[in-house]
Amino acid sequence: MILPLRLDEVSLTIQGRTVIHPLSLEIAAGPATIILGANGAGKSVLMRLMHGLLSPTSGRVQWRDADPDRVRRMQAMVFQRPVMLRRSALANVQYPLQAAGVAEPERSRVAAAALQEVGLHHLAGRPARAFSGGEQQRLALARAWALHPEVLFLDEPTASLDPTATREIESIIRAFDASGTKIIMATHNLGQARRLGDEVLFIHQGRLVERALVDRFFNQPASAEAAAFIKGELPWV
Amino acid sequence: MLRFLLLLGLTMQAEAQQSYITVASTTSTEQSGLFRHLLPRFERKTGIQVRVVALGTGQALDMGKRGDADVVLVHAKALEEKFVAEGFGVERVEVMYNDFVIVGPKSDPARIAGTKDVVEAFRKIASAKARFASRGDKSGTHFAELQLWKAAGIELEKEKGPWYRDTGSGMGPTLNTAAGMDAYALADRGTWLSFKNRGNLTIAVEGDRKLFNQYGVIRVNPAKHPHVRKAEGQAFIDWLVSDEGQAAIAAYKIGGEQLFFPNAKR
Amino acid sequence: MHNFPAILLDDELWRIVTLSLQVSLSAVGIAMALGLPLGAALAVWRFPGRDVVVVTLNALMGLPPVVVGLVVYLLLSRAGPLGQLGLLFTPGAMVIAQTILILPIAAALCRQAVEDAWREYEEQLRSLGVEGLQAALTVLWDIRFSLLTAVLAGLGRASAEVGAVMIVGGNIDGVTRVMTTTIALETSKGDLPLALGLGIVLIGVVLLLNGAAHLVKEAAQRRYG
Repeated sequence: MILPLRLDEVSLTIQGRTVIHPLSLEIAAGPATIILGANGAGKSVLMRLMHGLLSPTSGRVQWRDADPDRVRRMQAMVFQRPVMLRRSALANVQYPLQAAGVAEPERSRVAAAALQEVGLHHLAGRPARAFSGGEQQRLALARAWALHPEVLFLDEPTASLDPTATREIESIIRAFDASGTKIIMATHNLGQARRLGDEVLFIHQGRLVERALVDRFFNQPASAEAAAFIKGELPWV
Repeated sequence: MLRFLLLLGLTMQAEAQQSYITVASTTSTEQSGLFRHLLPRFERKTGIQVRVVALGTGQALDMGKRGDADVVLVHAKALEEKFVAEGFGVERVEVMYNDFVIVGPKSDPARIAGTKDVVEAFRKIASAKARFASRGDKSGTHFAELQLWKAAGIELEKEKGPWYRDTGSGMGPTLNTAAGMDAYALADRGTWLSFKNRGNLTIAVEGDRKLFNQYGVIRVNPAKHPHVRKAEGQAFIDWLVSDEGQAAIAAYKIGGEQLFFPNAKR
Repeated sequence: MHNFPAILLDDELWRIVTLSLQVSLSAVGIAMALGLPLGAALAVWRFPGRDVVVVTLNALMGLPPVVVGLVVYLLLSRAGPLGQLGLLFTPGAMVIAQTILILPIAAALCRQAVEDAWREYEEQLRSLGVEGLQAALTVLWDIRFSLLTAVLAGLGRASAEVGAVMIVGGNIDGVTRVMTTTIALETSKGDLPLALGLGIVLIGVVLLLNGAAHLVKEAAQRRYG
């Protein structure tokens, strides 16, 4: 188990500009965590700090497990725009498995099962780059799931998709959540946060301003910024 | 890497299958076409392939000094004798001679056409400051040209001007230059006969004994370069001076004209 | 070999064309095998002095063939350090010289292509647990059809040059005579129409190769997206 994740006074300064102010929080297993905020608030940056793609300028990102390989192996991230290799869908899902040392025939079996989960099994042999945006994002989810991560980060996964594709992605995320994977998702879409989340971390100008369970957050936001955001007055920071 | 090793392997295999010698000779000899006529006969008789690398005389001898050739066949007696004296060659053997001609524009600005005295012709070219294209490349031909200027009493360094063009290149390119600028040039008959880009050039002077050009063949000294192919090299030289080789040399003609005159000593 | 277009039927011409292709394609193959990983590594690895290496590599694309020929000659000559190999005046020597000429092209063009692609791929690959050299090679393989341009550039340079192969090959009739050295020889013999004709044949062959490469790229793009 690599959860809980603890951030200890973590901050990030890029070229003189403080993007994340010193922030401490703990994320436990269980509830689907939504990182909510306006564009530019620092959601994506915070996610990347947690996932290890960025190193904090100060403070520490600490998982429960001390082994860095296990920590890396038990996380996966789905980006707003997925990057697929010029290979078939199946090969794309197999790629990280191979990198992690999973041998045949296990590798093909797991990959095929992952494609089945997201409903892309019938397109397994097609070139991934030829897929539509929604299909590629589903493929990205399959690729992430194949690793059976403990934590799945999602950085605005449906921001570039149409409503139909968005619904498909959301149902897959719900399925992952139900199967026990910890979901940590950044979004600025209020409806999505309500549909998928159990708790909300509200970020505003690089600070964690409020943290609450979904219902309480949306019905009775404690902070002025959260209230303004919910009312739709803060789309951009 | 695989492909390289394959090619290397094929090359080496080819080498292992057929014996060969490397002969350093001159561009004028190669361009006359003599080797194409001569070498297949030798190869058929002995099974030894002759690989000719054609350079200027100076470079050919340098190749011998470095041990990159098994035999040298050039036409600059003084340089050849020095080569042997310095221990790079085993023995100088005379094989054949050809001759040089002076070619020049039909308009003949130096008024030398038909002269039988080549030294006099050179004197006239210098005094008329008629354009002259020189090879300037340490070749046997270049060497012969310099000897002739000297014999004519011309101190090139002092007297040369814009009329004297030092091309620093082989016989063919020098003739190209001469044709291009209506200049005189000293050429070996062989290259001239097969040269196609003549422009206004024609033979101005020929036949003087001083224009005769002696070829010598020398085996590279195994004492200096143990890897040279002694037996095959010697076989080549022996064949060149044999009745059969000498007859083959004499038989080579361009347009009915014989280019090389065998004169090996018995 | 006499006149154009009669030479098109001449066996000797096609032997020379075949040798030219063998030498140049071998050189391209080796240069790519060495240069592409080198370029990829240089694209992703940050180290002190990297800028100097990148600039130098770009400059080496303009290595004068005759200088490379001279250096390889001195190395392979019996009087030189690698004389024992007996490679001078063989097609092998020509392959070596041309490989040296093309290697900077392979590495520099690959570096540029990988560096551009890296921006797109790097974060995603790192998230999947793939970093460093393994990630670079993944990107390299993924952009392989764009690298075709580097291959064609290298092939163009190799088939066009005469300075290096002349010096290290010796233009030996039947052994190391290739298209470019034959053209040089016929030019210096004053047979300009023949030289020009051979030049047309050479350009024709290179055009065919480029056309074939284009078709391969099109087919692959349709298949892999």
